[in-house]
Amino acid sequence: MSKTTIIVVVVLLLVGMYGCSTYNGLVGKDETVNGAWAKVQTQYQRRADLIPNLVNTVKGAADFEKNTLSAVMEARSKATSINLSAEQLTPENIQKFQAAQDQLSGTLSRLLAVAENYPNLKANQNFLDLQAQLEGTENRISVARNDFNDVVKDYNQSVRTFPAALFAGMFGFQAKGYFEASQAAQTAPSVKF
Amino acid sequence: MARFIERVMSSPMRYLLFIFLFGCSNLLLRAQNIPDPMSPKRLVNDYVGMLNRTELETLEQKLRAYNDSTSTQITVVVVKTTQPYPAGDYAFELGRRWGVGQKDKDNGLVLLWATDDRKIFIATGRGLEGAIPDVIAKRIIRDVISPDFKNQMYYRGLDQGTSEIIKYATGEYKADGSENGDGEISGALIVFLIIFFIILIIIISRSNKGGGGMRNRGGGWYPYTTFSGWGSSSGNWGSSGGGGSSFGGFGGGDFGGGGAGGDY
Repeated sequence: MSKTTIIVVVVLLLVGMYGCSTYNGLVGKDETVNGAWAKVQTQYQRRADLIPNLVNTVKGAADFEKNTLSAVMEARSKATSINLSAEQLTPENIQKFQAAQDQLSGTLSRLLAVAENYPNLKANQNFLDLQAQLEGTENRISVARNDFNDVVKDYNQSVRTFPAALFAGMFGFQAKGYFEASQAAQTAPSVKF
Repeated sequence: MARFIERVMSSPMRYLLFIFLFGCSNLLLRAQNIPDPMSPKRLVNDYVGMLNRTELETLEQKLRAYNDSTSTQITVVVVKTTQPYPAGDYAFELGRRWGVGQKDKDNGLVLLWATDDRKIFIATGRGLEGAIPDVIAKRIIRDVISPDFKNQMYYRGLDQGTSEIIKYATGEYKADGSENGDGEISGALIVFLIIFFIILIIIISRSNKGGGGMRNRGGGWYPYTTFSGWGSSSGNWGSSGGGGSSFGGFGGGDFGGGGAGGDY
Protein backbone atom coordinates (compact mmCIF):
# COMPACT_ATOMS: atom_id res chain seq x y z
CA MET A 1 0.00 0.00 0.00
CA SER A 2 1.27 3.40 -0.87
CA LYS A 3 1.47 6.23 1.58
CA THR A 4 -1.33 8.20 -0.09
CA THR A 5 -3.87 5.37 0.14
CA ILE A 6 -3.15 5.00 3.82
CA ILE A 7 -3.67 8.71 4.39
CA VAL A 8 -6.87 8.67 2.35
CA VAL A 9 -8.22 5.69 4.28
CA VAL A 10 -7.35 7.26 7.62
CA VAL A 11 -8.98 10.55 6.68
CA LEU A 12 -12.11 8.78 5.42
CA LEU A 13 -12.30 6.77 8.62
CA LEU A 14 -11.98 9.88 10.75
CA VAL A 15 -14.63 11.72 8.76
CA GLY A 16 -16.91 8.69 8.97
CA MET A 17 -16.44 8.43 12.72
CA TYR A 18 -17.08 12.11 13.17
CA GLY A 19 -20.19 11.84 11.02
CA CYS A 20 -21.51 8.95 13.08
CA SER A 21 -21.02 10.69 16.37
CA THR A 22 -22.59 13.88 15.02
CA TYR A 23 -25.54 11.89 13.75
CA ASN A 24 -26.03 10.13 17.06
CA GLY A 25 -25.73 13.38 18.95
CA LEU A 26 -28.35 14.99 16.75
CA VAL A 27 -30.70 12.04 17.13
CA GLY A 28 -30.43 12.34 20.90
CA LYS A 29 -31.17 16.06 20.83
CA ASP A 30 -34.01 15.53 18.40
CA GLU A 31 -35.57 13.06 20.81
CA THR A 32 -35.23 15.52 23.68
CA VAL A 33 -37.06 18.11 21.62
CA ASN A 34 -39.80 15.61 20.85
CA GLY A 35 -40.19 14.84 24.55
CA ALA A 36 -40.43 18.53 25.41
CA TRP A 37 -42.95 19.04 22.65
CA ALA A 38 -45.12 16.22 23.98
CA LYS A 39 -45.18 17.95 27.35
CA VAL A 40 -46.22 21.24 25.77
CA GLN A 41 -49.05 19.49 23.95
CA THR A 42 -50.21 17.69 27.08
CA GLN A 43 -50.57 20.98 28.94
CA TYR A 44 -52.42 22.68 26.10
CA GLN A 45 -54.69 19.66 25.87
CA ARG A 46 -55.33 19.87 29.60
CA ARG A 47 -56.43 23.44 29.18
CA ALA A 48 -58.70 22.56 26.27
CA ASP A 49 -60.29 19.83 28.41
CA LEU A 50 -61.01 22.25 31.24
CA ILE A 51 -62.80 24.79 29.08
CA PRO A 52 -66.14 23.00 28.48
CA ASN A 53 -66.48 22.54 32.25
CA LEU A 54 -65.77 26.18 32.83
CA VAL A 55 -68.22 27.33 30.20
CA ASN A 56 -70.94 25.07 31.58
CA THR A 57 -70.39 26.28 35.11
CA VAL A 58 -70.55 29.88 34.00
CA LYS A 59 -73.72 29.22 32.00
CA GLY A 60 -75.38 27.49 34.95
CA ALA A 61 -74.46 30.04 37.59
CA ALA A 62 -75.14 33.35 35.92
CA ASP A 63 -76.96 34.94 33.07
CA PHE A 64 -73.74 35.53 31.24
CA GLU A 65 -73.32 37.39 27.97
CA LYS A 66 -73.40 34.90 25.12
CA ASN A 67 -70.73 36.54 22.97
CA THR A 68 -67.91 35.96 25.40
CA LEU A 69 -68.80 32.30 25.84
CA SER A 70 -69.15 31.56 22.15
CA ALA A 71 -65.87 33.35 21.45
CA VAL A 72 -64.13 31.02 23.90
CA MET A 73 -65.65 27.89 22.38
CA GLU A 74 -64.81 29.06 18.89
CA ALA A 75 -61.21 29.81 19.79
CA ARG A 76 -61.03 26.44 21.52
CA SER A 77 -62.14 24.44 18.50
CA LYS A 78 -59.73 26.40 16.33
CA ALA A 79 -56.84 25.78 18.72
CA THR A 80 -57.53 22.07 19.09
CA SER A 81 -57.75 21.65 15.32
CA ILE A 82 -54.06 22.45 14.96
CA ASN A 83 -52.07 19.38 15.92
CA LEU A 84 -48.38 19.31 15.17
CA SER A 85 -46.51 16.05 15.18
CA ALA A 86 -42.86 16.05 16.18
CA GLU A 87 -41.71 16.20 12.55
CA GLN A 88 -43.69 19.32 11.80
CA LEU A 89 -42.03 21.70 14.22
CA THR A 90 -40.92 24.25 11.64
CA PRO A 91 -40.86 27.90 12.67
CA GLU A 92 -43.96 28.65 10.56
CA ASN A 93 -45.98 25.82 12.08
CA ILE A 94 -45.03 26.76 15.61
CA GLN A 95 -46.04 30.32 14.92
CA LYS A 96 -49.44 29.19 13.62
CA PHE A 97 -49.92 26.90 16.61
CA GLN A 98 -48.99 29.67 19.01
CA ALA A 99 -51.26 32.19 17.31
CA ALA A 100 -54.28 29.90 17.72
CA GLN A 101 -53.45 29.12 21.36
CA ASP A 102 -52.86 32.79 22.17
CA GLN A 103 -56.20 33.62 20.66
CA LEU A 104 -57.75 31.15 23.07
CA SER A 105 -55.78 32.63 25.99
CA GLY A 106 -57.10 36.05 25.07
CA THR A 107 -60.76 35.01 25.02
CA LEU A 108 -60.28 33.06 28.24
CA SER A 109 -58.78 35.94 30.16
CA ARG A 110 -61.60 38.09 28.88
CA LEU A 111 -64.11 35.58 30.19
CA LEU A 112 -62.46 35.54 33.59
CA ALA A 113 -62.29 39.33 33.68
CA VAL A 114 -65.99 39.64 32.87
CA ALA A 115 -66.77 37.03 35.53
CA GLU A 116 -65.42 39.45 38.14
CA ASN A 117 -68.64 41.40 37.73
CA TYR A 118 -70.85 38.49 38.72
CA PRO A 119 -71.01 38.06 42.51
CA ASN A 120 -72.86 34.80 41.91
CA LEU A 121 -69.88 33.35 40.15
CA LYS A 122 -67.32 34.63 42.58
CA ALA A 123 -69.12 32.81 45.37
CA ASN A 124 -69.46 29.61 43.36
CA GLN A 125 -66.96 27.04 44.69
CA ASN A 126 -67.03 25.10 41.46
CA PHE A 127 -66.12 28.16 39.47
CA LEU A 128 -63.33 29.14 41.86
CA ASP A 129 -61.87 25.64 41.65
CA LEU A 130 -61.96 25.67 37.87
CA GLN A 131 -60.33 29.05 37.89
CA ALA A 132 -57.51 27.77 40.10
CA GLN A 133 -57.05 24.76 37.82
CA LEU A 134 -56.96 26.99 34.79
CA GLU A 135 -54.37 29.27 36.35
CA GLY A 136 -52.28 26.24 37.25
CA THR A 137 -52.52 24.99 33.70
CA GLU A 138 -51.39 28.32 32.32
CA ASN A 139 -48.38 28.12 34.64
CA ARG A 140 -47.59 24.61 33.45
CA ILE A 141 -47.93 25.73 29.85
CA SER A 142 -45.43 28.50 30.38
CA VAL A 143 -42.97 26.18 32.11
CA ALA A 144 -43.34 23.57 29.35
CA ARG A 145 -42.89 26.22 26.69
CA ASN A 146 -39.74 27.56 28.29
CA ASP A 147 -38.32 24.05 28.58
CA PHE A 148 -39.18 23.42 24.95
CA ASN A 149 -37.43 26.62 23.89
CA ASP A 150 -34.34 25.63 25.88
CA VAL A 151 -33.97 22.24 24.23
CA VAL A 152 -34.78 23.62 20.77
CA LYS A 153 -32.10 26.24 21.26
CA ASP A 154 -29.59 23.52 22.05
CA TYR A 155 -30.73 21.46 19.07
CA ASN A 156 -30.68 24.40 16.65
CA GLN A 157 -27.23 25.35 17.79
CA SER A 158 -25.87 21.93 16.89
CA VAL A 159 -27.69 21.89 13.58
CA ARG A 160 -26.39 25.28 12.57
CA THR A 161 -22.82 25.46 13.85
CA PHE A 162 -20.15 24.74 11.36
CA PRO A 163 -18.73 21.31 11.01
CA ALA A 164 -21.84 19.56 12.30
CA ALA A 165 -24.02 21.65 9.99
CA LEU A 166 -22.60 19.76 6.98
CA PHE A 167 -23.77 16.43 8.36
CA ALA A 168 -27.04 17.84 9.68
CA GLY A 169 -27.98 18.95 6.17
CA MET A 170 -26.96 15.59 4.77
CA PHE A 171 -29.07 13.62 7.25
CA GLY A 172 -32.04 15.95 6.97
CA PHE A 173 -31.98 17.63 10.39
CA GLN A 174 -33.59 21.03 10.13
CA ALA A 175 -33.80 23.94 12.52
CA LYS A 176 -37.01 24.02 14.58
CA GLY A 177 -39.23 26.86 15.71
CA TYR A 178 -39.46 28.61 19.08
CA PHE A 179 -42.32 29.96 21.07
CA GLU A 180 -42.19 33.69 21.36
CA ALA A 181 -43.32 35.65 24.39
CA SER A 182 -46.66 36.91 23.14
CA GLN A 183 -47.73 40.50 23.56
CA ALA A 184 -51.15 39.36 24.68
CA ALA A 185 -49.74 37.31 27.52
CA GLN A 186 -47.57 40.11 28.84
CA THR A 187 -50.16 42.84 29.11
CA ALA A 188 -52.98 42.36 31.54
CA PRO A 189 -56.36 41.86 29.91
CA SER A 190 -58.29 45.07 29.52
CA VAL A 191 -62.04 44.87 29.54
CA LYS A 192 -64.14 47.34 27.62
CA PHE A 193 -67.90 47.52 27.57
CA MET B 1 -9.85 52.11 18.13
CA ALA B 2 -12.62 54.49 17.14
CA ARG B 3 -12.27 53.43 13.55
CA PHE B 4 -12.54 49.81 14.56
CA ILE B 5 -15.75 50.45 16.46
CA GLU B 6 -17.10 52.40 13.50
CA ARG B 7 -16.33 49.54 11.20
CA VAL B 8 -17.98 47.04 13.49
CA MET B 9 -21.08 49.15 13.87
CA SER B 10 -21.54 49.58 10.13
CA SER B 11 -21.03 45.94 9.23
CA PRO B 12 -23.37 43.00 9.75
CA MET B 13 -21.22 42.30 12.79
CA ARG B 14 -23.22 44.78 14.80
CA TYR B 15 -26.21 42.47 14.82
CA LEU B 16 -24.05 39.80 16.34
CA LEU B 17 -22.77 42.32 18.84
CA PHE B 18 -26.27 43.35 19.80
CA ILE B 19 -27.39 39.77 20.13
CA PHE B 20 -24.36 39.06 22.26
CA LEU B 21 -24.91 42.05 24.53
CA PHE B 22 -28.61 41.32 24.78
CA GLY B 23 -27.91 37.72 25.70
CA CYS B 24 -25.44 38.80 28.36
CA SER B 25 -27.79 41.30 29.95
CA ASN B 26 -30.51 38.67 29.98
CA LEU B 27 -28.27 36.23 31.77
CA LEU B 28 -27.22 38.79 34.34
CA LEU B 29 -30.81 39.63 35.07
CA ARG B 30 -31.66 36.00 35.56
CA ALA B 31 -28.73 35.32 37.79
CA GLN B 32 -29.20 38.33 40.02
CA ASN B 33 -32.84 37.95 40.76
CA ILE B 34 -32.89 34.51 42.34
CA PRO B 35 -30.89 34.50 45.56
CA ASP B 36 -28.57 31.66 46.48
CA PRO B 37 -29.78 29.42 49.30
CA MET B 38 -28.65 30.61 52.69
CA SER B 39 -25.62 28.99 54.16
CA PRO B 40 -25.60 26.94 56.29
CA LYS B 41 -28.40 25.32 54.39
CA ARG B 42 -31.81 25.75 55.90
CA LEU B 43 -35.46 25.34 54.95
CA VAL B 44 -36.67 28.74 56.13
CA ASN B 45 -34.91 31.40 54.08
CA ASP B 46 -35.99 34.85 55.22
CA TYR B 47 -34.10 37.45 53.18
CA VAL B 48 -36.19 40.32 54.47
CA GLY B 49 -36.16 39.69 58.21
CA MET B 50 -39.90 39.36 58.76
CA LEU B 51 -39.57 36.64 61.40
CA ASN B 52 -37.77 36.88 64.71
CA ARG B 53 -35.22 34.34 65.84
CA THR B 54 -37.56 32.11 67.83
CA GLU B 55 -40.13 32.05 65.06
CA LEU B 56 -37.47 31.20 62.49
CA GLU B 57 -36.11 28.33 64.54
CA THR B 58 -39.49 26.88 65.47
CA LEU B 59 -40.62 26.86 61.85
CA GLU B 60 -37.26 25.49 60.75
CA GLN B 61 -37.46 22.65 63.25
CA LYS B 62 -40.94 21.73 62.13
CA LEU B 63 -39.96 21.59 58.46
CA ARG B 64 -36.73 19.74 59.20
CA ALA B 65 -38.55 17.12 61.21
CA TYR B 66 -40.97 16.66 58.34
CA ASN B 67 -38.10 16.39 55.87
CA ASP B 68 -36.37 13.82 58.07
CA SER B 69 -39.42 11.62 58.39
CA THR B 70 -40.82 11.84 54.86
CA SER B 71 -38.00 13.25 52.65
CA THR B 72 -40.54 15.83 51.47
CA GLN B 73 -38.85 19.22 51.47
CA ILE B 74 -41.01 22.24 52.22
CA THR B 75 -39.06 25.47 52.05
CA VAL B 76 -40.30 28.90 53.07
CA VAL B 77 -38.68 31.77 51.16
CA VAL B 78 -39.28 35.42 52.01
CA VAL B 79 -38.09 38.02 49.50
CA LYS B 80 -38.87 41.69 49.03
CA THR B 81 -40.10 41.43 45.46
CA THR B 82 -40.17 39.06 42.51
CA GLN B 83 -40.28 41.86 39.94
CA PRO B 84 -40.04 41.85 36.99
CA TYR B 85 -41.26 38.25 37.05
CA PRO B 86 -44.67 36.97 38.06
CA ALA B 87 -44.52 35.37 41.50
CA GLY B 88 -45.20 31.93 40.02
CA ASP B 89 -42.37 31.99 37.48
CA TYR B 90 -40.03 33.17 40.21
CA ALA B 91 -41.08 30.36 42.55
CA PHE B 92 -40.66 27.65 39.90
CA GLU B 93 -37.27 28.96 38.84
CA LEU B 94 -36.13 29.16 42.46
CA GLY B 95 -37.37 25.65 43.19
CA ARG B 96 -35.57 24.28 40.17
CA ARG B 97 -32.35 26.14 40.74
CA TRP B 98 -32.16 25.19 44.40
CA GLY B 99 -33.36 21.68 43.61
CA VAL B 100 -35.99 21.54 46.34
CA GLY B 101 -37.17 17.96 46.88
CA GLN B 102 -35.54 14.60 46.19
CA LYS B 103 -34.20 14.03 42.72
CA ASP B 104 -36.15 10.88 41.89
CA LYS B 105 -39.36 11.98 43.62
CA ASP B 106 -39.57 15.68 42.91
CA ASN B 107 -41.30 16.04 46.27
CA GLY B 108 -40.34 19.63 46.96
CA LEU B 109 -42.52 22.61 47.73
CA VAL B 110 -41.69 26.31 47.75
CA LEU B 111 -43.81 28.65 49.84
CA LEU B 112 -42.82 32.02 48.49
CA TRP B 113 -43.73 35.32 50.11
CA ALA B 114 -42.93 38.60 48.38
CA THR B 115 -43.40 41.29 51.01
CA ASP B 116 -43.40 44.40 48.81
CA ASP B 117 -45.67 42.80 46.20
CA ARG B 118 -47.94 41.46 48.96
CA LYS B 119 -48.06 38.13 47.15
CA ILE B 120 -47.85 34.52 48.26
CA PHE B 121 -47.20 31.58 45.99
CA ILE B 122 -47.15 27.86 46.68
CA ALA B 123 -45.13 26.04 44.02
CA THR B 124 -45.50 22.26 44.18
CA GLY B 125 -42.84 19.94 42.78
CA ARG B 126 -43.90 17.52 40.07
CA GLY B 127 -44.23 14.72 42.60
CA LEU B 128 -46.53 16.69 44.90
CA GLU B 129 -48.97 17.87 42.27
CA GLY B 130 -51.17 14.88 43.03
CA ALA B 131 -51.19 15.32 46.81
CA ILE B 132 -51.61 19.09 46.69
CA PRO B 133 -53.51 19.99 43.53
CA ASP B 134 -53.61 23.64 42.47
CA VAL B 135 -57.10 23.98 43.89
CA ILE B 136 -55.91 22.93 47.34
CA ALA B 137 -52.88 25.20 47.15
CA LYS B 138 -55.17 28.06 46.24
CA ARG B 139 -57.48 27.28 49.15
CA ILE B 140 -54.61 27.10 51.60
CA ILE B 141 -53.53 30.56 50.55
CA ARG B 142 -57.00 32.04 50.41
CA ASP B 143 -58.45 30.50 53.55
CA VAL B 144 -55.46 29.93 55.82
CA ILE B 145 -52.53 32.21 55.03
CA SER B 146 -54.15 35.35 53.57
CA PRO B 147 -56.50 36.06 56.49
CA ASP B 148 -53.60 35.96 58.98
CA PHE B 149 -51.40 38.04 56.72
CA LYS B 150 -54.11 40.65 56.41
CA ASN B 151 -54.00 40.96 60.21
CA GLN B 152 -50.20 41.13 60.07
CA MET B 153 -49.90 37.84 61.91
CA TYR B 154 -47.24 36.61 59.56
CA TYR B 155 -45.74 33.84 61.63
CA ARG B 156 -49.15 32.42 62.44
CA GLY B 157 -50.02 32.44 58.74
CA LEU B 158 -46.84 30.64 57.75
CA ASP B 159 -47.10 28.19 60.63
CA GLN B 160 -50.70 27.25 59.92
CA GLY B 161 -50.12 27.28 56.17
CA THR B 162 -47.24 24.83 56.41
CA SER B 163 -49.25 22.66 58.83
CA GLU B 164 -52.03 22.51 56.28
CA ILE B 165 -49.56 21.65 53.51
CA ILE B 166 -48.10 18.89 55.67
CA LYS B 167 -51.59 17.55 56.32
CA TYR B 168 -52.25 17.14 52.61
CA ALA B 169 -48.78 15.87 51.71
CA THR B 170 -48.67 13.24 54.46
CA GLY B 171 -48.84 9.68 53.20
CA GLU B 172 -47.52 10.57 49.78
CA TYR B 173 -43.87 9.81 50.51
CA LYS B 174 -42.05 7.87 53.18
CA ALA B 175 -38.63 8.37 54.63
CA ASP B 176 -37.08 5.46 52.73
CA GLY B 177 -36.48 8.05 50.05
CA SER B 178 -34.05 9.81 52.32
CA GLU B 179 -31.96 6.65 52.51
CA ASN B 180 -31.94 6.60 48.78
CA GLY B 181 -30.82 10.18 48.81
CA ASP B 182 -28.14 9.35 51.36
CA GLY B 183 -26.68 6.82 48.97
CA GLU B 184 -26.23 9.53 46.41
CA ILE B 185 -24.88 11.95 48.93
CA SER B 186 -22.29 9.47 50.16
CA GLY B 187 -20.75 9.50 46.67
CA ALA B 188 -20.35 13.24 46.88
CA LEU B 189 -19.16 12.85 50.45
CA ILE B 190 -16.34 10.54 49.42
CA VAL B 191 -15.15 13.00 46.80
CA PHE B 192 -15.39 15.77 49.36
CA LEU B 193 -13.41 13.75 51.91
CA ILE B 194 -10.69 13.01 49.37
CA ILE B 195 -10.38 16.69 48.52
CA PHE B 196 -10.44 17.53 52.19
CA PHE B 197 -7.60 15.13 52.94
CA ILE B 198 -5.54 16.44 50.05
CA ILE B 199 -5.95 19.96 51.38
CA LEU B 200 -5.15 18.75 54.88
CA ILE B 201 -1.97 17.06 53.68
CA ILE B 202 -0.92 20.22 51.85
CA ILE B 203 -1.56 22.31 54.93
CA ILE B 204 0.34 19.91 57.17
CA SER B 205 3.30 19.67 54.83
CA ARG B 206 3.44 23.45 54.56
CA SER B 207 3.19 24.08 58.25
CA ASN B 208 5.93 21.53 58.92
CA LYS B 209 8.25 23.63 56.82
CA GLY B 210 7.23 26.76 58.69
CA GLY B 211 8.14 25.42 62.15
CA GLY B 212 7.25 28.22 64.54
CA GLY B 213 4.52 29.60 62.31
CA MET B 214 2.65 26.34 62.48
CA ARG B 215 1.07 26.78 65.86
CA ASN B 216 -0.28 30.21 65.13
CA ARG B 217 -1.72 29.25 61.82
CA GLY B 218 -3.26 26.08 63.14
CA GLY B 219 -4.63 27.90 66.14
CA GLY B 220 -6.30 30.51 64.01
CA TRP B 221 -7.80 27.97 61.71
CA TYR B 222 -9.18 25.39 64.07
CA PRO B 223 -11.46 27.40 66.37
CA TYR B 224 -12.80 29.21 63.36
CA THR B 225 -14.52 26.11 62.02
CA THR B 226 -16.02 25.12 65.32
CA PHE B 227 -17.24 28.63 65.80
CA SER B 228 -19.20 28.67 62.56
CA GLY B 229 -20.68 25.36 63.64
CA TRP B 230 -22.04 26.83 66.85
CA GLY B 231 -23.46 29.82 65.12
CA SER B 232 -25.49 27.74 62.74
CA SER B 233 -26.89 25.16 65.07
CA SER B 234 -27.17 26.76 68.48
CA GLY B 235 -30.86 27.36 67.90
CA ASN B 236 -31.42 23.74 66.98
CA TRP B 237 -30.01 22.41 70.21
CA GLY B 238 -32.49 24.27 72.29
CA SER B 239 -35.58 22.88 70.70
CA SER B 240 -34.62 19.43 69.54
CA GLY B 241 -31.86 18.39 71.92
CA GLY B 242 -29.40 17.82 69.13
CA GLY B 243 -31.39 14.97 67.63
CA GLY B 244 -33.01 17.13 64.97
CA SER B 245 -29.50 17.80 63.77
CA SER B 246 -28.68 19.60 60.62
CA PHE B 247 -30.35 19.90 57.28
CA GLY B 248 -28.41 18.10 54.59
CA GLY B 249 -29.39 20.36 51.73
CA PHE B 250 -31.76 20.18 48.84
CA GLY B 251 -31.99 17.02 46.78
CA GLY B 252 -32.40 18.22 43.20
CA GLY B 253 -36.17 18.01 42.71
CA ASP B 254 -37.90 19.40 39.64
CA PHE B 255 -40.87 21.74 39.22
CA GLY B 256 -43.32 21.64 36.34
CA GLY B 257 -45.54 24.61 37.07
CA GLY B 258 -47.87 23.17 39.69
CA GLY B 259 -49.25 25.31 42.48
CA ALA B 260 -51.19 28.49 42.97
CA GLY B 261 -50.78 32.03 44.19
CA GLY B 262 -52.70 34.81 45.84
CA ASP B 263 -52.34 38.16 47.53
CA TYR B 264 -53.35 39.54 50.88
